[in-house]
Amino acid sequence: MLGLNKKDTSLLVIVAALVMFAPFILNPFPSDSGLAQFNAGYPDLMQRFVIFGIFAIGFNILFGLTGYLSFGHAAFLGVGSYSAVWMFKLLSMNVIPAIALAIVVSGLFAVLIGFVSLRRSGIYFSILTLAFAQMSFNLAYSVLTPITNGETGLQLTLNDPRILGESATADGSIPVTSLFGLEMRSTYEMVVGPWAFQFNAGYYLCGIIMLLAFYLSIRIFRSPFGMMLRAIKSNQTRLNYTGLNPRPYALAAFVISGMYAGLAGGLMASMDPLAGAERMQWTASGEVVLMTILGGTGTLIGPVLGAGFIKYFENIFSKINDTVLHNWFSFMPDGLEDFVVFLIHPFIGKGWHLTLGILFMLVVTFLPGGLVEGGQRISRMVKKKSDDDTNAKTTPAE
Amino acid sequence: MSKTNMTRRGVLKTGAVASAGVALPTIFTASSAAAYTNEPTGPNVTLGFNVPQTGPYADEGADELRAYELAVEHLNGGGDGGMMNTFSSKALQGNGIMGKKVDFVTGDTQTKSDAARASAKSMIEKDGAVMITGGSSSGVAIAVQGLCQEAGVIFMAGLTHSNDTTGKDKKANGFRHFFNGYMSGAALAPVLKNLYGTDRNAYHLTADYTWGWTQEESIAAATEALGWNTVNKVRTPLAATDFSSYIAPVLNSGADVLVLNHYGGNMVNSLTNAVQFGLREKIVNGKQFEIVVPLYSRLMAKGAGENVKGIHGSTNWHWSLQDDASKAFVKSFGTKYGFPPSQAAHTVYCQTLLYADACERAGTHNPCGVAEALEGFEFDGLGNGKTLYRAEDHQCFKDVLVVRGKENPTSEFDLLEVVEVTPASQVTYAPDHPMFAGGALGTCNAG
Amino acid sequence: MDAIILQILNGLDKGSAYALIALGLTLIFGTLGVVNFAHGALFMIGAFCAVTLSKILNLSFETVDPTQTDFLGNPLKVKTPYVMEWFGAETGAAIIDWAVPLAILFSIPIMIGIGFIMERGLIKHFYKREHADQILVTFGLAIVLQEVVKYFFGANPIPTGAPDVFKGSFDFGVMLGFDPNAIIYPYWRLVYFAFSAIIIGGVFAFLQFTTFGMVVRAGMADRETVGLLGINIDKRFTIMFGIAAAVAGLAGVMYAPINSPNYHMGMDFLVLSFVVVVVGGMGSLPGAVLAGFLLGVLESFASMNEIKSLIPGIDQIIIYVVAIIILLTRPRGLMGRKGVMEE
Repeated sequence: MLGLNKKDTSLLVIVAALVMFAPFILNPFPSDSGLAQFNAGYPDLMQRFVIFGIFAIGFNILFGLTGYLSFGHAAFLGVGSYSAVWMFKLLSMNVIPAIALAIVVSGLFAVLIGFVSLRRSGIYFSILTLAFAQMSFNLAYSVLTPITNGETGLQLTLNDPRILGESATADGSIPVTSLFGLEMRSTYEMVVGPWAFQFNAGYYLCGIIMLLAFYLSIRIFRSPFGMMLRAIKSNQTRLNYTGLNPRPYALAAFVISGMYAGLAGGLMASMDPLAGAERMQWTASGEVVLMTILGGTGTLIGPVLGAGFIKYFENIFSKINDTVLHNWFSFMPDGLEDFVVFLIHPFIGKGWHLTLGILFMLVVTFLPGGLVEGGQRISRMVKKKSDDDTNAKTTPAE
Repeated sequence: MSKTNMTRRGVLKTGAVASAGVALPTIFTASSAAAYTNEPTGPNVTLGFNVPQTGPYADEGADELRAYELAVEHLNGGGDGGMMNTFSSKALQGNGIMGKKVDFVTGDTQTKSDAARASAKSMIEKDGAVMITGGSSSGVAIAVQGLCQEAGVIFMAGLTHSNDTTGKDKKANGFRHFFNGYMSGAALAPVLKNLYGTDRNAYHLTADYTWGWTQEESIAAATEALGWNTVNKVRTPLAATDFSSYIAPVLNSGADVLVLNHYGGNMVNSLTNAVQFGLREKIVNGKQFEIVVPLYSRLMAKGAGENVKGIHGSTNWHWSLQDDASKAFVKSFGTKYGFPPSQAAHTVYCQTLLYADACERAGTHNPCGVAEALEGFEFDGLGNGKTLYRAEDHQCFKDVLVVRGKENPTSEFDLLEVVEVTPASQVTYAPDHPMFAGGALGTCNAG
Repeated sequence: MDAIILQILNGLDKGSAYALIALGLTLIFGTLGVVNFAHGALFMIGAFCAVTLSKILNLSFETVDPTQTDFLGNPLKVKTPYVMEWFGAETGAAIIDWAVPLAILFSIPIMIGIGFIMERGLIKHFYKREHADQILVTFGLAIVLQEVVKYFFGANPIPTGAPDVFKGSFDFGVMLGFDPNAIIYPYWRLVYFAFSAIIIGGVFAFLQFTTFGMVVRAGMADRETVGLLGINIDKRFTIMFGIAAAVAGLAGVMYAPINSPNYHMGMDFLVLSFVVVVVGGMGSLPGAVLAGFLLGVLESFASMNEIKSLIPGIDQIIIYVVAIIILLTRPRGLMGRKGVMEE
């Protein structure tokens, strides 16, 4: 189907189903139960899952296939966000031109940085991309404030021209982002018993775009171009000897992955029209590297899993506080309750970084292929178990 | 967390649906189904406390959280009532807000606009928070204020000192109790004049981002009005940790006052470096060299250790104040946590009380009603003397403290001493003052 | 002229910190082939060794002084450090005053111990893994170390002063024939520079003139052959990791009086020290040291007002601009070896 083999088609279908039914899947706990804290099915976080998923998918095209480790990919995300917000300020609140401009500008930016950085390989390449990204961040924070609004971040105001739209709505507010009139923030709420599921227009737009991006990345992985990129990773010298110049291919991969990052940035701005400089900081670049490695470098689905994993911890674990803990463990006797809360306390709320750090170490130590390998092991175990079962049946007792 | 959706706009639908036992989708955009965003319909009302829990301001954020928890306890009738007893408005009964018990959710801003907005959004979308408050930097405050305006909830700013928060980036749904750069300048100027005279040459080192710039502008304007000459204004990168190469040129610049427009870690390091370079012992133009830190924070002053001794600055509030309200607050905070509250803790405690009181007086949680009740509200008994929440820009006007690093501290908390309380009238400015121009409140948004 | 000399001094001083951290990083790169993102955290732990020792020395018992009151109006509890009680007020005060230099002794065993545990417990398992995995695991470790420090010491910087004799500043200009007060430089920064020069010299001498160093250098060049010669290179590499950790730790201890330590100071230095290592060239110890000082001096020059007014914002990006220029003109940095981390 769609030019994919059977395995890839089923992967795409599974991902599509996950994306479409995410509001159900991510909200497993009734909203009046204590475990509702772990629900992630609200629009903002679901949007973040898919947007960072796109970012990581794009990063994986470069890193997973060619092995070039860019440490400055957040710069493209930032540039994409700025372009999109400027489009909202100057043109209209429709997300299409904003996203288009975000992709184009970040693509051009990637051509520029890629052309220079790809003259070197290995860690020298990483440091070059890092240097460009850090320069962008530092300048955006300070001297470029007229364009970026510095520390505060680029925001919409009531005085923006918006030539194809309106500067302010009739009731004097800033208009909201929309897709030809469909407001990105509009949400269906479906209430089933104690559950409340939220279906957000913006999320579904991001979700569909992510599926397209995912499909495109499968096609790239399976194409001759993808083979070429893998060849760069495995042995660049040999490639040179065969008379092929690998650099145009690497540059193409770099630009494609930069455009993915720009797309993610444009979507972020479309969901929430603000662009801050810290999106370009090295920590942000590092985050996408971590997402990709954590999920499984070079695998199709890994980066998306990694992105979800990190964003989940950032948004869910940081919100658990002692009061919540006391609620959970209120069934215990007082002394024991306090003791349990005391034990867990360092790992939640302000300690969510600690939990994340520990999980990084555990995952990479015990699952060398990232989360994807974890999934594979589980499925193999299940398979093996069912094999054992059939064996047990067929082997007669002695 | 038993409240979540029971208190939300879904509750009526829940009843209908639960009895029918089938899924019944209901459409709503932000404005159709409920009277306003997250209208609390159950027995509880949820407030969102969004403070930095990781990153350089984590300790300040932790202190803010303590104050929030204390405020919630007092609102719900627990503890000794703290400043509720001294507050001039007596609308609060100690039975929550309008009889609804106050619940809260917490989040981590990471001192990044993006993370702060994500956290605030989850409070609004997932937890049904009807008011968001907190923060320890202006960038975050402005970003979250914009979000709350869009979403239709009230934002009660925490520690934010930039003129822009209630200047060019002001919003109808946003309110600030903390003072700002202009007020620091206006409060410091007369004190500096008395101490150091009118013939001085000032050298500014400024953190290179919006807050730093507005403070630099404010302080330079105030000191130039005294007759001081501004020798140079140098911008330093936010990420700088070693300020030696910015301090060294001060030595031979002919300046005799160094103004450090830095906050947090920047301030600790630049002040430490300035003292290392012997600036305080220098005599320039026949005058003793002086250092001024316009925005002081006790928590940060602690990081600079004995380098703060004798250095002047301004602050929003300090625990050593002797009015009844401050004493009551210090007593209830100190008894619960064992140390005195910081100015960040004080401002967020006040903001929580002010919000609750405004709800009571307005008789609703509707942000438009609350905003109306806060606008032009005059009150007393929250530790800063008579205070006005000005309607034009949602900024509080109150006395500003000029403080000095104490020479002989008696304890680890006793770092600053109040030199002067500059009356509110001296720090008040016109709403259309050029430093605050360029923005508009817009209209209040109830979602 | 005096301004330029001052900035050179500043640059050398900043460069000392960069060079020390980069030196340790390169040792680990070169010997073990591991990208250690936790190296900044080791620097931070070093600084907190100084903080810890000064806290230990300040451990106090409380006596109630009824003449004074605390913030709640209760009688004030006055703290007296045990050290002062045991050694007498004056000697005790002197010991507390010298906490940072004493912390050098205190930190060496701790840092070497941490280095050993890190290498044996964790890094060892990652020698054969991809660099990406090494980055993830050491980054995770860095976060954990940093959060543990934050848990015990809080997020705010903690002032840790130099001994009184080194406070204040020194009129450097007079020595060079300038007017008095033209070039004033803080004592402790001079101490820091001298200290790092000694450490750097020590490490080089150790590698150059001892048999142990010779084996390690041989191992850096060709690990397999050295292994085939029947030399237990692993054990020596563990020791090198301990030494690298100690170098980073010492850089941190001595840095504490310059800027009050906080839990994220390691991350602040991490990226910069990677840039330094790469600009110096992968696998080259002299390159790392040279690049550290070079970038330090250039950074200081860039923050001079004359240059800032010429190119606004140059001080924000100078390090990265220099890094890009060097990497584009010299493919392997200043003194890099061919084939190290190039694929």
